[in-house]
Amino acid sequence: MTKRERDHVSGTETTGHEWDGLRELDTPLPRWWLHVFYATIAIAIVYWILMPAWPIGNGYTKGVLGWSDRANVARDLQALEAGRAAMFQRFATATAADIANDPALQEFARAAGESVFGDNCRTCHGAGGAGAPGYPVLADDVWIWGGSIADIEHTLRVGIRSDHPQARMSAMPAFGRDRLLTSQEIGDVTEFVISISSANARLNADANAASRGATVYAQQCALCHGGAGAGDRTLGAPSLRDDVWLYGASRDEIRRQVELGRGGVMPAWEQRFDAGTLRALAYYVHDLGGGEPDATPPQASPAEAAPVQQSALR
Amino acid sequence: MDPSALAPAPDNAEDAHAIDAEAVNAKARRQLYAKRQAIHPKLAHGPFRTLKWEAMIVLLAIYYITPWLRWDRGVGRPDQAVLVDFEGRRFYFFFIELWPQEVYYITGLLVLAALGIFLSSALFGRVWCGYACPQTVWTDLYIHVERLIEGDRNARLRLANAPFSRRKIGKKVAKHAAWLIIAAATGGAWVFYFADAPSLLHDLFTGAAAPSAYLFVGVLTFTTYVLAGTMREQVCTYMCPWPRIQAAMIDKDALSVTYRRDRGEPRGSHKRGQSWELRGDCIDCRQCIAVCPQGIDIRDGDQLECINCALCIDACDDVMAKVDRPKGLIAYDSYANIARRLEGEKHTRYRLIRPRTVLYGVLMAIVAAIMIYGLATRHSLDINVIRDRSPPFVRLADGSLRNDYALKLMNKSDRPRRVAISVEGLDGAHLQAARLDAQGRAIATAEADSVTTVRVHVVAPNRVPEGSNRLRFSISDLETGETAESASAFLAGGSL
Repeated sequence: MTKRERDHVSGTETTGHEWDGLRELDTPLPRWWLHVFYATIAIAIVYWILMPAWPIGNGYTKGVLGWSDRANVARDLQALEAGRAAMFQRFATATAADIANDPALQEFARAAGESVFGDNCRTCHGAGGAGAPGYPVLADDVWIWGGSIADIEHTLRVGIRSDHPQARMSAMPAFGRDRLLTSQEIGDVTEFVISISSANARLNADANAASRGATVYAQQCALCHGGAGAGDRTLGAPSLRDDVWLYGASRDEIRRQVELGRGGVMPAWEQRFDAGTLRALAYYVHDLGGGEPDATPPQASPAEAAPVQQSALR
Repeated sequence: MDPSALAPAPDNAEDAHAIDAEAVNAKARRQLYAKRQAIHPKLAHGPFRTLKWEAMIVLLAIYYITPWLRWDRGVGRPDQAVLVDFEGRRFYFFFIELWPQEVYYITGLLVLAALGIFLSSALFGRVWCGYACPQTVWTDLYIHVERLIEGDRNARLRLANAPFSRRKIGKKVAKHAAWLIIAAATGGAWVFYFADAPSLLHDLFTGAAAPSAYLFVGVLTFTTYVLAGTMREQVCTYMCPWPRIQAAMIDKDALSVTYRRDRGEPRGSHKRGQSWELRGDCIDCRQCIAVCPQGIDIRDGDQLECINCALCIDACDDVMAKVDRPKGLIAYDSYANIARRLEGEKHTRYRLIRPRTVLYGVLMAIVAAIMIYGLATRHSLDINVIRDRSPPFVRLADGSLRNDYALKLMNKSDRPRRVAISVEGLDGAHLQAARLDAQGRAIATAEADSVTTVRVHVVAPNRVPEGSNRLRFSISDLETGETAESASAFLAGGSL
């Protein structure tokens, strides 16, 4: 039992606790503070009645106001999609010229495209289309299947080596793994490829090997990549003249690609995005910096005629 | 002058001018924790009271009238002279229009205000507290209203001690209603600074104003009513940091409202005709206490509670005139003077020009000069460069390197401007953009009174050194030739 006593200086009772001769005053709470405290209790009770508050079993008290965060989010999303639908529709039917002349449309496409790109494409192609070994850089001006908005949009729609019936297909033979060429021949053709590319400046192709490789190249590679290595976009055969290498730029990595003939898969997005979203995405990729002018206005496609079914921003 | 000619015939000849006033906050009575005791200040008359009325009228007029001043800025722009437009992110002040990134002008104003309050404190003590502080002005106004409804000090004291009656309740209700109206008008005027005043006034009364407007009117109504009506001197004593800072600001030469104890002591009541020999001039009439809104006794000396409103000077001068003694027993004076006089010196010396006051003045002049220079040479065109960070650079088919940038073109004028963008400082670099002119400059339109984003690419040959290289973007108005520039970097990865 503690002894309560009155402090003679302040006239306040002490709590009776004592530490090393120090005693604690039992100063009452200020009245206003106490009132605020009671008010918060009252407010809490009102809150329990109005708002979702207590867990019961596997549910909770719903509150008389019917507030639900889940419903709010759904409603907000719906409103957002409704607000954007008109713009996506407009975009789906816009020609390249329409887009070029309409800054509002461009800004919308850039923003929408960036958002969709971030959610769906960035994992492989990197933020801003930075690319990674095996995943082409989208920000540069080197295109395997074409860099106009129409070309990009088509690639997006059907994919590459995807399960889409119209998928863009190309296959580089695995000259080493499948023993189509000897190791010596692969080395020679690698030197030749380096010698016709801008990489020659830094890799210094062996002239003798390259001249032997020229014959192999003419027999095995020129059909797709072209006699001078310019590549062929209709076949998806990359140009070998520049210094941009999908699977790595070192001598060993170039050789390895001749041996393995690797080819990545890009999914077809036609089923997943509506036409407006596809167009916005194509515009965004085109706008990253290396886009090429459209030869002809983009063709009408089944995807464009289809009604807007879902938004990619969901 | 014969004091009896002015003074009312006293009932008690011994205490000719005395009043029954207790300084509720006198030093001897102060406790660490005490319930507030109501203070009923008596109306003072004199030059300082007049000065306070004038200051109150001018300050309240500035506060209430400013949002209603108009200033023509052209079609489609706000025509309110002083407007803080949060939605449009602009601050309008007559001919000045500030953008959010120019908030340093506000910083400059705050520095000026701080120095100004230092300077005024070093010269005249707490003149800010006494005349200009909103707490003082509104409390003064509230006390005035209280006086109009309930009468002066004695009547208010009687009313406070009277039992509840219909008359007392009526007066209290009238007073609080008047206070609330003033409080609502105070909060109401505040929100006019943040929106077009005439349309907001209409909206406020039709219920169409934004909820935040009502919220702020409500909050300020509450704070005005509570702070000026019920808390008053407690705000200065318990809530305000200034009385504490004051101790560091006042030196021995600073003027402040001072009881000249060298002249007043020993104090004591004085009968007419009695000699003034061997005694001080203070007749202990307590008029200084009666008029004090802070409930203190100025004769206790300089104290934290004193806001230097100088009403005690008016009260005391009145009494000094009546007892035929010189005015100024309480006056603006310094510690140094009191010390000097206590040592027998006669003359009062005022040292307003001292190193610190000169320093404050010079600092204020410098800050003001910098601000005026900044405003006078302020550009209406500016550029900010944001470099894309992914990819850090792009290698192109021909071996050259590309970096991508978002340019923010800030056009602070009220018309769209065509600008040419060029890049400098990096050998061989050239721009790539939607529209280029013959010199390779990108042509863009900076929209009126806004920030326009333009994306450009810079292509540089492969020989650019590895790492970060400096380069500069500059824009020039194709019509006026006004230019602005901003530095950025060009990243290169070197050889593969």
